[in-house]
Amino acid sequence: MKPRFYAVALLSAASLPVMSAPSVPVELPEYKEGQYVHQAPTLDDLMNDQALNPKLREVILKGRDLFMNTQQKRGEYVFNDMNCKSCHMGEGRMNWSGPVWPAATTLPDFRGKNQHVNSLEERIAGCFSFSMNGQPPEYGSDDMLALVAYHQWLAKGAKVYETNIGGRGFSSLGREPEQGADYDRGAQVYADNCAVCHGDDGQGQHKDGKVVFPPLWGDHSYNWGAGMARVFTAASFIKNNMPLGKPGSLTDQQAWDVALFVNSHERPQDPRYTGDAKETREKYSNFHKWTRYGTEFNGQILGQHDNTGDKPFLKPDVLRPRTFE
Amino acid sequence: MIITRRGGAFAVLLLASGLLQAAGNADRGATIVMQGEGQGGAPCLACHGNDGAGNDGAGFPRLAGLNAGYLAAQLRDYREGRRTNVIMAPNAAHLSDQQIEDVAAYYAMQNVVAKPAEQPADLLAQGEKLVKQGDWDNYIVPCETCHGPGAQGVGATFPGLSGQHPSYLRQQLEAWKNGTRTNDPNQLMLAIAARLSDEQIQAVSAYLSQLPTSGGKP
Ligand code: HEC
Ligand code: HEC
Ligand code: HEC
Ligand code: HEC
Repeated sequence: MKPRFYAVALLSAASLPVMSAPSVPVELPEYKEGQYVHQAPTLDDLMNDQALNPKLREVILKGRDLFMNTQQKRGEYVFNDMNCKSCHMGEGRMNWSGPVWPAATTLPDFRGKNQHVNSLEERIAGCFSFSMNGQPPEYGSDDMLALVAYHQWLAKGAKVYETNIGGRGFSSLGREPEQGADYDRGAQVYADNCAVCHGDDGQGQHKDGKVVFPPLWGDHSYNWGAGMARVFTAASFIKNNMPLGKPGSLTDQQAWDVALFVNSHERPQDPRYTGDAKETREKYSNFHKWTRYGTEFNGQILGQHDNTGDKPFLKPDVLRPRTFE
Repeated sequence: MIITRRGGAFAVLLLASGLLQAAGNADRGATIVMQGEGQGGAPCLACHGNDGAGNDGAGFPRLAGLNAGYLAAQLRDYREGRRTNVIMAPNAAHLSDQQIEDVAAYYAMQNVVAKPAEQPADLLAQGEKLVKQGDWDNYIVPCETCHGPGAQGVGATFPGLSGQHPSYLRQQLEAWKNGTRTNDPNQLMLAIAARLSDEQIQAVSAYLSQLPTSGGKP
């Protein structure tokens, strides 16, 4: 009996490479030499942390709930189909998916986008104003406090003021592709890999009125002022996060091409619109030089319109310069 | 002009895959379910029941209330060898495109109230977590993200899992893991299934079987 069993075991071990179980790899970039890497805590860690004041836990959980299901504030803070986790995937704690905790350890700091020193609340307000095509909760409000508490909790144990962070943001592919991005190739990548979820028309999919797959363009997507409207940001996001469940499966070129394709479609107006898209592009050129906004495409100037999506106003009041004078 | 080109390609695809068949007729579907397809095949009710309830012990899936487009696609896959199973495949081998649409329309309209067996509470808790939160550190995306709220399904591509028999759910997840089910679009389901541990498969199957079905929508 024994020798036979042995032979069978050997045989199956030997045949393993041939019969190896099928799988889809998770291919994420390597961290660079010297980069600081933080693994944000999980919901279980939060629930099991005995040292945490129960009231604080409640507030962090409320922040988490707002982050995961921001649609509960549709028409109040949010005027498109997004949740915070639509872009900051995996609860905002995943490296390479725009983990949000670095905002808690690096702010207040100067931010190029609005040319002044920003707080964590202001950073959160930024994503509400652009990515969510909305209007942030009041500074200091219960909802804002809850969101801040969630961000700060995710930063638990992380080094304060460290800025050389591995897996932060969406820029792993750099600013420009080696070979120019191509719209037609991008359309093909889209049809083959993305339409099954985001729809042939890019409008996503809904079930019983709830968003399941978020739209990539049009009235219910991020607006022209959102970071994701930059081709390089979208390319890096897509490379490391899409198609869902298969990060890293597209080539870099495919990610650039499909990012260009997605970001060549119309979307709600940039809240900083002056009435003229070309002029707005010039005024915010440090941002818009990476988008197609205010440029000509198919005989139209992209972004030259008064469409603010479902949002009944152009600019939330909180978007204002600070001078400290 | 891009749009037109893609639209054209899409129409050809629809034709090729038989989706442009006349919509399924549930009454004609009922005849197939009760009496077989007229070419000597077993009536579907022998295994799936006339109400589509299926059978947990025997590993026969519940079909009641699943999306008609999904059911039809699976039947075509069995018929054309893209999905293999010695018990089921012969039953699809002789179905015409129209019969597939009819029988899919019939089962999609059925509404059975699942009476799932009880499951241990800790297993259910682990399963619920996977369905709603996933396990991102192992890149297991929450099932609800693709299969929709309550895992009740989204369109013809993402089938409802709620109220399905746990034995069948387990079998399918294992079939992806061992390479015997390969008909998912772009390996979307393989990606997830291959990352599930045996224990996670037990947990998620137990939990999903307890969820209410969407049921009875044509
Ligand atoms: C449409 C996609 C999208 C959505 C939705 C979105 N964000 Fe962002 N977010 C971004 C992008 C892009 C960046 C910038 C990443 C980079 O720097 O590369 C960002 C950055 C951030 C940062 C700064 C992270 C850092 O590294 O400092 C925080 C904090 C943040 N978002 C919070 C939120 C919150 C809260 C919500 C929901 C109210 C939200 N985001 C919704 C795209 C999005
Ligand atoms: C299996 C379904 C699926 C596929 C395929 C898929 N996505 Fe997504 N995508 C999602 C989901 C779901 C989200 C939101 C993440 C979440 O809620 O966890 C998302 C989010 C996004 C976002 C950010 C949010 C938004 O709506 O703008 C972009 C951009 C995006 N996907 C682009 C793509 C591209 C490009 C492809 C093809 C290369 C693709 N996706 C393929 C499901 C999918
Ligand atoms: C002898 C028993 C038997 C008969 C008769 C039978 N089936 Fe099945 N059916 C099965 C089994 C077992 C499976 C699961 C097979 C697998 O693992 O792929 C199945 C799977 C299916 C599925 C896939 C369900 C899903 O959720 O993916 C469909 C659809 C289906 N059967 C339809 C039918 C129809 C229609 C008929 C009648 C024409 C029929 N079956 C007759 C046993 C049977
Ligand atoms: C990235 C999207 C995605 C995610 C996330 C996902 N699935 Fe799926 N799943 C699919 C697709 C697509 C199919 C349909 C496959 C086909 O058409 O053959 C499917 C089919 C299935 C089936 C077969 C159903 C039947 O009736 O035969 C089971 C079981 C299943 N999924 C379980 C799960 C579980 C459990 C989870 C969470 C751990 C999960 N899925 C997460 C995309 C997904």
